[in-house]
Amino acid sequence: MNVNTAVQQKPRKNALVMFIHKMGSPAWFYGFAGKLIPWLWALFGALAVWGLYLGLFKAPPDYLQGESFRIMYLHVPAAWMSMLIYAAMAVMGFIALVWRIRIMEIMAMSSAPIGAAFTLIALASGSLWGRPTWGTYWVWDARLTSELVLLFLYLGVIGLHNAIDEPRKAARAACLLALVGLVNLPIIHYSVKWWNTLHQGSSISITGGSSIDPSMLWPLLIMAVATKFYYAANLLTRSRVKLLQQDLRKSWAREMIRENRA
Amino acid sequence: MNTQVVQIAQVTQVAQGSLSKAFFALLRRDLLLAFRRRTELLFPVIFLLVIISLFPLGIGPSPELLARIAPGVIWIAALLATVISLDGLFRSDFEDGSLEQFVISGHPLTLISLAKIVAHWLVAGLPLVLLSPLLAVWMNLPLESLGVMVLTLALGTPILSLIGSIGVGLTISLKRGGQLLSLLVFPLYVPILIIATAAVMAASDGLPYTAFLGLLTAGLITSLTLAPFAAAAALKISLS
Amino acid sequence: MLSASNISFERYFQPVFHPVSFQLGAGELLLVTGANGCGKTTLIRVLAGILDPSSGQLDNRAGGMAYVGHHLAIKDDLSVLENLRFMRDFLGTAAVSSNEVLQKMGLGRVREQLARTLSAGQRKRCALARLLLGDSPLWLLDEPYSNLDQEGVERVDDLLAAHLRTGGACVLATHGAHRPDWANTQDYHLVSGAPA
Repeated sequence: MNVNTAVQQKPRKNALVMFIHKMGSPAWFYGFAGKLIPWLWALFGALAVWGLYLGLFKAPPDYLQGESFRIMYLHVPAAWMSMLIYAAMAVMGFIALVWRIRIMEIMAMSSAPIGAAFTLIALASGSLWGRPTWGTYWVWDARLTSELVLLFLYLGVIGLHNAIDEPRKAARAACLLALVGLVNLPIIHYSVKWWNTLHQGSSISITGGSSIDPSMLWPLLIMAVATKFYYAANLLTRSRVKLLQQDLRKSWAREMIRENRA
Repeated sequence: MNTQVVQIAQVTQVAQGSLSKAFFALLRRDLLLAFRRRTELLFPVIFLLVIISLFPLGIGPSPELLARIAPGVIWIAALLATVISLDGLFRSDFEDGSLEQFVISGHPLTLISLAKIVAHWLVAGLPLVLLSPLLAVWMNLPLESLGVMVLTLALGTPILSLIGSIGVGLTISLKRGGQLLSLLVFPLYVPILIIATAAVMAASDGLPYTAFLGLLTAGLITSLTLAPFAAAAALKISLS
Repeated sequence: MLSASNISFERYFQPVFHPVSFQLGAGELLLVTGANGCGKTTLIRVLAGILDPSSGQLDNRAGGMAYVGHHLAIKDDLSVLENLRFMRDFLGTAAVSSNEVLQKMGLGRVREQLARTLSAGQRKRCALARLLLGDSPLWLLDEPYSNLDQEGVERVDDLLAAHLRTGGACVLATHGAHRPDWANTQDYHLVSGAPA
């Protein structure tokens, strides 16, 4: 954590480094994100509508599960996002810790509740899916158990962030925790998977595990992409607000509010 | 363009005196301090005994049932006892300023943390290992797996201390850090619990268990090398 | 030995004190004064490396620091002698005798007593002993005179003078009435908050 970054004196610096420095400027980020957000929401909306239409209406019923399999179009993308967001949060946390970039701290912390929400959706939808499939609302299969542990990891990050008063200290502590969680996540994931096979003989999976028909696969992929746009839009929206809250007394924020651009 | 350029300090703290001398001095000091409060050492032990005895009371004393759940119950009790004792790992030094002195001394905080974790395990973890035969008898654990039980605890409790120290480092600046600590470390403990109990259950069933012990050993070595770094980073954040 | 250039530290996105710049050489004393709560302790902790500054440049070529702050860093359950022995072993100065230091700090009579039983002044002197037990060129002292009687204050000043004479440097923060005022003293008045 002892980094010596020098001022950009030479004009022809690496474009990527310039971009990262620019990103660190709150005013620039606020404006850039503001322009991007409506597009992200629009893309999410379009893809989600299309994906759900294909998945809920056009895709044929599953020969084993009938209509109830359609909850997969919510459950699987949510589960994927819960893991992707955790990884993104930890990576942003790593950048925030090593290079002390405040916007990365903000984005990492803003990601946590979004990821936790996706985890909850995955758990709830998985539970509901279990009812018609297995007859019970909960089954300790590998995926649901993993998602539950992931939820606890998220709650830990959010809890730690809320518990510490000073905002930057809180963000750094939570980022470190997220990073530690990320390192452990594969270990947890595999040990749970293996625990499941150990105790139940063969692996039980709500998705069935067999190859999936393309007409059923397309909506899934569309929903997967849609959720990514959702995450991006939600993340940038939250980050903008947090940034403004933090910098309320700084000149760039005052200027924006005065000019009605905030 | 409103770029904020930050030039962070290069503070060269050169430690005088040998690191190993400091390491053992700290280890000795912590053991001495624990000894001065030796009645407090019993609390985690008593807690462990109480928790274990609650299971037959709550579930019924059927020997077969107890034997079946014994590995899990003993290990969960060990987890709980460890988490309870963890708060004491850094708290005293954090509150009286000793931790700041360690940072200033120039000795790497990583090894300082390791010294404290070793002392903590000797004082809080080792008793659990030594007590486990009694717990095994209470829970009607088959004798064949007793040795493996003790071994998993001997390998596993240091991992619990090591990983737990990261959580302690993060929550030490909080007044009620202990409650949050449980939430932080239990997900990280899940793999250890799974592997350790699998080893004991395999031994009970007469199946091979050395692979599990190997995994635990690998876990111990990995956490021994990585956890102190994370704990030191956490402490630095907590001090700020 | 120590040079600071526009050091600032933020809490809750507000700077704790006005940007600080100074140069401190061997044999010099930097006296940091200011109202209560203006951030002297925070500044000392930044100089000590416990806190990383939010911006600015800090160059520390001292090659070793000793810090005595509000928290005394002595263990209540150990005796005075045990505390000093640990400090010496940890900081690694072989040549110094803990007993000698005990005498110098006026703690000879209470050497076997547990630190918890000491008076506030005795505890402070025990904490200050670490200055003699290490061999650090740079001292960072935060309110070293608090809890000390006149004799204790003079003792500290003697130690300080000796330290500066032998080429050491010191940053001393105090808000109390007593301030050392020697030839090589730089006065720094710390102002809290953001510059206007």
